[in-house]
Amino acid sequence: MLLTLPEINLYPLLPALIPAVTAMLVMLADVLLPGKNKSWLALLALVGLAAASYFTVMLFGANLSAFNASIVADNFALGIALVILGAGAATILLSLDYLRARQLDLGEYLALLLGAVSGMILMALANDLIVIFLGLELFSLPLYVLSAFWRTNDRSLEAGMKYFLLGSFSSAFFLYGIALLYGATDATNLTKISAAASEPTVASNPMFLMGAALLIVGFGFKVGLAPFQWWIPDVYEGAPTPITAFMSVATKAAAFAAFFRAFMVAFPSAVVDWQFVLALLAVVSMTVGNVAALTQTNLKRMLAYSSIANAGYILIALVVGGQAGLSAALFYLAAYTVMNLGAFGGLVAMGQGDQERLTLDELAGAAQTKPWAAAAMAISLLSLAGFPPFAGFVAKFFVFGAAVNAGYVWLAVIGVLNSLVSVYYYLHPIVKMYMNPPAEGWAQAPARAPIFLAVAVIVAVLLTIAMGLFPGGMLNFAQAAMVK
Amino acid sequence: MSGDYFPLFVMLVVSVAFAAIGVGVSALLGPRRPTAIKGQTYESGMPSIGTARRRVWVRYYLVAVVFILFDIEIIFFYPWAVVFRQAPIFLLVEMLAFVTILLVGYIYVWRKGGFDWY
Amino acid sequence: MSQFLWLIPALPLLGATINLLIGRRLPRAVSCWLAVAAMAAAFGAAVGAFLELLALPSDAQVIHQTLYQWVTVGKFSVDVGFWLDPLSAIMILVVTLVGTLIHIYAVGYMEHETDYARFFTQMNLFAFMMLMLVLADNYLLMFLGWEGVGLCSYLLIGFYYNRDNTAVGTDEKFLSPRSSGTKAFVVTRIGDFGFTLGIILMFWTFGSLSFGEVFHGAETMFQIGAPIITIMTLLMFLGATGKSAQLPLFVWLPDAMAGPTPVSALIHAATMVTAGVYMIGRSHVLYELAPATMAVVAVVGVLTAFIAATIALTQRDLKRVLAYSTVSQLGYMMLAMGIGAFSAGIFHLMTHAFFKALLFLSAGAVMHAMNDMVDMRRLGGLRKILPITFWTFLIGALALAGFPLFSGFFSKDEILSSAFTSGNVALWVVGVVTALLTAFYIFRAVSLTFGGKPRWKVGEVVTVQGAVASELDAHAAKGLHPHEAKWVMTLPLILLALGALFAGFLGMPAVLGENRLARFLEPVFQHETPHVSAELEWLLIGISAAAALVGIFIALRFYRGDAKTPARLAAYYPSLYKLLLNKYWIDQIYDALIARPGRWLANAFWLELDGKIINGIADGLGNAFRGFGNSLRSLQTGYMRGYALAMLIGVVVVIALLVMR
Repeated sequence: MLLTLPEINLYPLLPALIPAVTAMLVMLADVLLPGKNKSWLALLALVGLAAASYFTVMLFGANLSAFNASIVADNFALGIALVILGAGAATILLSLDYLRARQLDLGEYLALLLGAVSGMILMALANDLIVIFLGLELFSLPLYVLSAFWRTNDRSLEAGMKYFLLGSFSSAFFLYGIALLYGATDATNLTKISAAASEPTVASNPMFLMGAALLIVGFGFKVGLAPFQWWIPDVYEGAPTPITAFMSVATKAAAFAAFFRAFMVAFPSAVVDWQFVLALLAVVSMTVGNVAALTQTNLKRMLAYSSIANAGYILIALVVGGQAGLSAALFYLAAYTVMNLGAFGGLVAMGQGDQERLTLDELAGAAQTKPWAAAAMAISLLSLAGFPPFAGFVAKFFVFGAAVNAGYVWLAVIGVLNSLVSVYYYLHPIVKMYMNPPAEGWAQAPARAPIFLAVAVIVAVLLTIAMGLFPGGMLNFAQAAMVK
Repeated sequence: MSGDYFPLFVMLVVSVAFAAIGVGVSALLGPRRPTAIKGQTYESGMPSIGTARRRVWVRYYLVAVVFILFDIEIIFFYPWAVVFRQAPIFLLVEMLAFVTILLVGYIYVWRKGGFDWY
Repeated sequence: MSQFLWLIPALPLLGATINLLIGRRLPRAVSCWLAVAAMAAAFGAAVGAFLELLALPSDAQVIHQTLYQWVTVGKFSVDVGFWLDPLSAIMILVVTLVGTLIHIYAVGYMEHETDYARFFTQMNLFAFMMLMLVLADNYLLMFLGWEGVGLCSYLLIGFYYNRDNTAVGTDEKFLSPRSSGTKAFVVTRIGDFGFTLGIILMFWTFGSLSFGEVFHGAETMFQIGAPIITIMTLLMFLGATGKSAQLPLFVWLPDAMAGPTPVSALIHAATMVTAGVYMIGRSHVLYELAPATMAVVAVVGVLTAFIAATIALTQRDLKRVLAYSTVSQLGYMMLAMGIGAFSAGIFHLMTHAFFKALLFLSAGAVMHAMNDMVDMRRLGGLRKILPITFWTFLIGALALAGFPLFSGFFSKDEILSSAFTSGNVALWVVGVVTALLTAFYIFRAVSLTFGGKPRWKVGEVVTVQGAVASELDAHAAKGLHPHEAKWVMTLPLILLALGALFAGFLGMPAVLGENRLARFLEPVFQHETPHVSAELEWLLIGISAAAALVGIFIALRFYRGDAKTPARLAAYYPSLYKLLLNKYWIDQIYDALIARPGRWLANAFWLELDGKIINGIADGLGNAFRGFGNSLRSLQTGYMRGYALAMLIGVVVVIALLVMR
């Protein structure tokens, strides 16, 4: 047996590697160092994420690739990596008091979270189907555990179980798709698949097309596209709220990054006509998500359906494709991350002790008892609804504008129509919080001001406003994004 | 391309045939004189008590999972050993990294009390 | 000053921010007068900007200031920039002046309200959004203001969120403030959908949204009647029908009266509802290229004016009479836009802002004195008790009715004579009839509220319109001691009354003097007044004046004493009376046709599709696949089987779509 040595260059992999190493350090520090209060582990984790962010920024513009072009650190991947790192850091800040109130173990939680961050970034950097799958599993497994992390809560356990089973189901489809593509093209590297697909015999091979279809299924499951969205409401509702926040933004960013890369690099639109299928999925997702969200009374469930609808909006950008679609998607993902984190952060801040306030009735009058949390949620929800001058408006404008420019006017019209429908359910909680008398059982004053939580929420809200008022910088950045 | 996999196919046939022949030949040639004692699950072991379909202490699963985890990692050493001479330094570093990661898991399980029976 | 144009919207924003953050902790007086000061300062800045604009030569009367680039996407960019020309100058003057007076009034009106900080925050925020709307130099920024004023309107209509019904002393059932706010929001959103599509289409066509580039492109690229411009302008007009309460979307405005009265005066009479008119005036270059749209605008406008006036004839709630009157007057403005008499429309917008704000605030003073009772069957005889309010209301009513030499007379007459001289005689006839109805219903309100004998005392047997007032005793307010309000409320009334009296002299017809307003607006509209002979003009003025006088006369005759004549009329034509009293059943029709199917669809998706159909299919197929083996069945726990099966169906569909194509 002859060994071919891989081309080892760890530098482009650092954004994924550092969180992984940090995860191991946190695990070791948790068990080896004495002391009962382990809060400083969070600081260690944040330092790791900061270091990863530093190297991510340093890598910008270099367009390095490694491991025989199975890892590509282009600007698009790095932009997504920054979004994921930011979401990870925010999630840690959201979690500290949440975990303490429920007496859950911080060390394990942080290690799992960092592992998931590492897998997500690996997925964003991957230019090879096997590496994409590796990243996908690397972030999915910790998330299954994290969903069930509140062990004494039935809903949390149920969420973890459902996510695990359905996630395995979809992973099987994804892997099967990789196998079929390998069978048809003799390659797993996206660039090589693209080269092989330029031959008409390959491109019309049903095995090849079926492989592509199964990739759509696998990605569709992770980003929450209808009709693969079934797990989302149940899992989002049951999982601990910070984890729901993390899943809703970071999973979407990572899976969409790979989704974009796979379909823009491996299946050029001239070879496989996938635009129509994806446009259809976008329409179904937007409609199912928005219409189903209308009747929800639990905010986590409502935001889950909203996340399905948002997956549909982002998919429009993929249908548009090209530079315009790519930069629109990157901007949208960044905007969605900050505003969704703001909304979930506000929701976490509404809780007291291990009691959460999640339904519309429980949130009534929150503006009087928790004015800051209510304000944060109100701004984030307005942004999600697409009100100017918040980030969500610019993001939607950018995506729909790209669709109109590319000739997909009908898709943009359906998108606009859908976002008008969505206004109703985004405003409903605001009305409840600001226009109703307080619900029963609000304690007069919180026992301790949750500083970390407040920092995360305030930063998210400020970014939501800043990206709406001054989107220029972020847009320039998004436009520099490209797939190598 | 398919030629590369021919040895694999031969191995598959041989292993299936080996198992089939072993079971088949003993069934064909062996004398059968069943008694009640011979019919027991563990002929020369402890007499079984109660039903096997009962709950087992959860720690048993933990130990089993940890065992399988490390056991399977060991398998990785075999292909590594086969090609080791082709690039000794490089492969040594690679394996050290691999073992280090395993070690972190080991330490974690140990400190968390995963090996304590009680 | 031109560098400080941004101060005009920024000052109310500052006031709103301060009141939002620390208003609750400030003393009441500080919080309230801070809001007033912010508005007054904005008015001062607006006057400064106006004077500077006047100093410019008339062919270059534009101050354009770009703050920063907001969105830049390739060649496309949207700036945050302000555009001050005669049109926006008039708008900011009206908004800040009327806004300041209403803010002062609100200090007195809301003196018993504990949540004053929230009220003034939202009022100042509204002023900010409205000023952004009128000062924007591109459609996207205008849309920002457009959505912003909608949001503030929604919040302020629902201000009394904890009350089920704000109407006192009546047996009529109205929507609760919360539902009214939602209704306003949802209905205007239908219009906004059209507006959004119009803006998208505009961006698609011209590659830009800034006024300069769009208008230049429209003038150079398109002929009159180009289909794409017609579609674009129609879509934008749909937005205007929502915001300016035109047919078929006017239903939200009467219910918006559930908000506090200063809100009704500022937002739902003087400023926000005129945004649609302003938008069309601003886009007149586009509209002039689309004669078909212009015709639609004119017809919708005049029909709205007529239908709303007929509904106002029978309403019993004083504020609702004024609300339908607002709808009707907005119809006049739309009519002006539709026949190309843009400056006449803006003129009416301005005079209407004065006299309608005056009428609402006077009605508010009545409510303030009568413990929020607004059912006119229970009012009456207030002329002596509330003398200042009576006189101001009377001046407003005369202006609205178009009594000669009052402001509304000049502006309405200009619209009507433009309709006649532009050859739209049918529109003119409907307009004149509506003018008569207008004069009638507003003097009906004057008579019922201020004339006759008092009907508010419990147990007093006084009949009006065939009904015995004491039948409403169960709803009556107890312990009433009506008295005139304090100076903070009467001063704005007097100032607005002066405006309603004299604002009309800015735009006198040619035979009487000079139309200064039209000349001031000429750089914007380039509108040439068709030459009309003095005889014809005198004739048209005479007919307008006659319509007003006849309407006033009939109303005063009918509603003298116990008003038997209208009661007899109502008894004689019961179905017509019911039709008008119930507002043509439009609310019920919309509910049946639109609202219910919408709710049904939402529930269907959730319960039926998610719950029953998918799980039903799953159960059925699950039975069919029972022999599929134990391994598969052990996975089918809870509802998971449904999810997995639905996913599987999705997989098959995706594969089929991709492979079959």
